[in-house]
Amino acid sequence: MSTAPPAVVRRPPRRRRRDWTGLVFVAPFLVVFTIGIVAPLVYASGLSLFRDQLIGGRSFVGLGNYADALTDARFLEGLSRVALFLGVQVPIMIGLALLAALILDSGRVRGMRFMRIGIFMPYAVPSVVAALMWGFIYGDRFGLVAQFNEATGLALPSPLSSTWVLAAIGNVVTWEFVGYNMLILYAALRAVPEELYEAAAIDGAGEARVALSIKIPALRPALWVATLFSIIGSFQLFNEPNVLQSLAPAAISTYFTPNMYAYQLAFNANQVTYSAAVAVLLGGITVVVAYVAQRLTERGNRK
Amino acid sequence: MSATTEPQRPPVAGTELPPGGERPSAPARTGRRRRRRRTSVLLQAAMALMVLYTLLPLYWLAVNSTKTNGELFTSNGLWFGSEFALWDNIVTTVTYQDGIYLTWLFNTALYSITGAVGATLICALGGYALAKFDFPGKRAVRAVVFGAITIPATALAIPTFLLFAEIGITDTRMAIIIPALVSPFGLYLMTVYAADSVPDSLLEAARIDGAGAWTTFWRVAFRLLAPGVATVLLFNLVHTWNNYFLPLIMLSDPTLYPLTVGLNQLNNQVTTGANLEPVYNVVLTGSLLAIVPLIVSFLFLQRYWQSGLAAGSVKQ
Repeated sequence: MSTAPPAVVRRPPRRRRRDWTGLVFVAPFLVVFTIGIVAPLVYASGLSLFRDQLIGGRSFVGLGNYADALTDARFLEGLSRVALFLGVQVPIMIGLALLAALILDSGRVRGMRFMRIGIFMPYAVPSVVAALMWGFIYGDRFGLVAQFNEATGLALPSPLSSTWVLAAIGNVVTWEFVGYNMLILYAALRAVPEELYEAAAIDGAGEARVALSIKIPALRPALWVATLFSIIGSFQLFNEPNVLQSLAPAAISTYFTPNMYAYQLAFNANQVTYSAAVAVLLGGITVVVAYVAQRLTERGNRK
Repeated sequence: MSATTEPQRPPVAGTELPPGGERPSAPARTGRRRRRRRTSVLLQAAMALMVLYTLLPLYWLAVNSTKTNGELFTSNGLWFGSEFALWDNIVTTVTYQDGIYLTWLFNTALYSITGAVGATLICALGGYALAKFDFPGKRAVRAVVFGAITIPATALAIPTFLLFAEIGITDTRMAIIIPALVSPFGLYLMTVYAADSVPDSLLEAARIDGAGAWTTFWRVAFRLLAPGVATVLLFNLVHTWNNYFLPLIMLSDPTLYPLTVGLNQLNNQVTTGANLEPVYNVVLTGSLLAIVPLIVSFLFLQRYWQSGLAAGSVKQ
């Protein structure tokens, strides 16, 4: 009778019973995750270990395709191009987004809602349409650059020339994503506790000082997220150059970016297994770069 | 990226706390606007330039969709031509090649809506479970799925094509819809959102009242998750609506194309002048029509996605 205390008391607070119910709820996700991500990666990785020959059919070559890719001038050229793109475009875009977010947060401009939406709007435009539109604007047929040259008698270089085409693509990507990044940073700024600003005001800090000492440090995690997605985007660059290619066939080769090269290998050159290796390798490089960049920021944060 | 540490906040919205900081404690404060300060001419000018940069190409597209093919070449690109041909262009666009444009529009809507609604429900269920249930293998699921966030969708396109080709479902609608159902990032957001916005006490109360897990989810939790659901839905919708690489690879039947692939196909015909009359007006007007639905839904759903972006940083 007086042995055990009531069961209710014994149960740890807030701890639910460990059972299978949760798994049932996650099951649909696990199913699509397996079909949509795990299985393709496993299959493509497997396929990348083989090579198709005209005579003898498909044969196992181990890591041969990977070794080839790492010495393939076309793959390496594309890789260094996206690395250059990453080094220039991402800082410009994130810098502009940061500036815009800080200006919005300062509360010193009129028409905030309009500006926020206006700068964000390109995010709703499909990258294909963005590239088509900018392609026409760049173009010499009825584009703005040509009309400007005609009207002023100047000779601005064509954005679709091989010298400028990478910058022209950088402009399209910046245009598409600057507003999205701005909103991420702006939302993070809105979450900075008011007390910090009050304390700074009491200490007599000016606005620039507040931006440098409070806002930017508070933004660091959000900046990191924005940068991470931009790094991934740069390595995976495909849509914009692929669309602009028909306008600038001389400037944009079929191996302009690693993804374009993988596409070319699979669909025009009929080198399916090599293409699988290039796709897997590129995905791997992207994840590793993202991971290393994250570790570097974490170390920076701890200091 | 977050394979080992348990993420507390969604990365979107920079909802992470300031280094070493406590979460802001007073819930009411975060939504309030700060004191209005004097406007600054310099900052105003900087913002005006940014808006000009982002809106000018859209303006260019709108203006040039009102021109005839001939006047595209002869009139000023930043102003209207002598003839206002927008309606004619729209008619030409939707009737071009037996109305192929409307087929593409229908496909895009079908892929986006089935993909996004499905993905969002799947993420809401899964996120709720990861936040509120304890089950065998939970840690492994979290680690694997959240680790997959950094795998770019583009990197998966060719592997997915190769697998689907093996199964024999390329060039079907399922080849586009199935991949659209998977959103590790959406699951992550829903997990964080559920952890924040669904109080344990409420679930406990429902359980004591005799509600099963399924009933509790739909009658109690799902309502609380609504703002998070709206955000994930909208962003999944945009993702599929704008998708290009995957359908480009998967589909060869033009009647299955979404707008993105179809429009670029048209553009290629125009630029290479392949034995068809160059229909610049169809490409331009088709591009304009392709972005209108998304821009309208962003404008209408502003309240949801803007607060949803801040999901987790703002306690409702």
